[in-house]
Amino acid sequence: MSVDETTTSPEPFEYVEPIFGDSPEGTHVWQRVPYNADDYGPVGDFATDFDHADPAYNPNAPAVWKQLRESGCPVAHSDRYGGMWVPITHDTVNEIAYDTENFTSRAVVVSVGRPGDLSLPAPIGGAPPITSDPPFHNMARRLLLPAFAPKKIEPWEPEIRLLCQRLLDDMGEITPGESIIDAAVQYAQHIPVNVIGRMLGFPEQDEELFRKFVHDVLERIAEEPGSRDGMDDLGKYILTQIAEHRENPRDDLTSYLLNVEIEGTPVDDEIAAGMIVLLLVAGIDTTWSAIGSSLWHLAQHPEDHQRLLDDPDVMTFALEEFLRSYAPVTMARMVAKDNDFHGCPMKKDDWVLLPFPAANRDPHQFEDADTFIVDRQENRHAAFGLGIHRCLGSNLARLELKVAIEEFTKRFPRYELAGDTRWSVGQIRGPRDLPVRILEVAD
Amino acid sequence: MRVHLDSEKCQGHNRCYALAPELFDVDDFGQAVLLVEGELPEELHGKARLAAANCPEYAIKIVEETRP
Repeated sequence: MSVDETTTSPEPFEYVEPIFGDSPEGTHVWQRVPYNADDYGPVGDFATDFDHADPAYNPNAPAVWKQLRESGCPVAHSDRYGGMWVPITHDTVNEIAYDTENFTSRAVVVSVGRPGDLSLPAPIGGAPPITSDPPFHNMARRLLLPAFAPKKIEPWEPEIRLLCQRLLDDMGEITPGESIIDAAVQYAQHIPVNVIGRMLGFPEQDEELFRKFVHDVLERIAEEPGSRDGMDDLGKYILTQIAEHRENPRDDLTSYLLNVEIEGTPVDDEIAAGMIVLLLVAGIDTTWSAIGSSLWHLAQHPEDHQRLLDDPDVMTFALEEFLRSYAPVTMARMVAKDNDFHGCPMKKDDWVLLPFPAANRDPHQFEDADTFIVDRQENRHAAFGLGIHRCLGSNLARLELKVAIEEFTKRFPRYELAGDTRWSVGQIRGPRDLPVRILEVAD
Repeated sequence: MRVHLDSEKCQGHNRCYALAPELFDVDDFGQAVLLVEGELPEELHGKARLAAANCPEYAIKIVEETRP
């Protein structure tokens, strides 16, 4: 073996610089997974070479799931990212979501970096409670739940409505039949980032910063950890905001977090920062994607659009059907210990994707699963996950989605696609460019 | 008809509260709270079935009346 080969072949699980912060215990030390996207190229067969970051995946995901199900593949596999399993059916997704013994949440975004044994952050994780396992999970979750309970979220409705109306006003003069606007870039993407920034009490002008952070965390998953410096910047930014809130406490979510206690001990800056990372990262791309996908659907289904205008009460059901059909969030787990999952030999530290959007299209769980039924009456969709990690912000997400659709469809009673929709890459699925031609503007 | 809520299974999706506020409330943590006991009046049967049919965690069970 030549010297060159020994120096260039990567050591499996070689330690690299921490992605986000550091601590004497090595809490945030991540390992570089021996995976290079360039060695693989585009996916040929999703059953054996699954890659959710393949640019062809998100635009065609429902067809990929259908094909996997119909070919009798309830769990797909991939050697990418150091080894990854992908349950496709509702049953298998549900089973893994519930099994916190064999599957850990200490990493929930598949990438080329994963937490190592020495750094075992479980049961707390870097962004509690989404990265936490029992028993810490429940403690961390109960700190946040009251801030996101339905009755705490409902009062935000007028402010969200005004925000949506302002975004529509800012589009300027619209000429029906001619004007083309981008419903993702000019509308959807601004809503959640603005709302969570306000709730946290962060400066409004930092909206663009948050979006960059989120992009770095969720989309650039195949790049070298060191190049994803957005994570480092995010940590520093949040610690600055925390310091500022400690000095000037006020009535917002950040001050709330700094005041909560875990078993009589106030949370330290690190745990608070982790929770804020979660709220920023989890709340922005996700809701933006759901709004975008819903508007994408309505652009192609004027009959559903009309029904919403004629019968506003149908929104109760339509909202859940948008969430079922276009669920934006695929979560991930890591295998906690070797186990045989329905014949799949899962090894400790393998990745497991949890495609809740695929579970939502399983014909064994939903009648006419691939059909959007605007007033679907029976709808146990899993858009917000299943089990103990049910999306903490689901009530806020629902409210933003509902108000965003209502305001857009009222302002523009008819619109259609106008050019190519560009979809996101990675675990959060939704349109990133959504050009639409406005055909009618409300008086 | 009777309605049962399994609080251990409830994960706070709040679907029941949205669809049938006559039957379900939510606490400060967003967990469902059953507001009724015993036999449901006829006019609430539809709401109860709807709540059960939309709980992602199967935490709501409907027990239809057993005729003597």
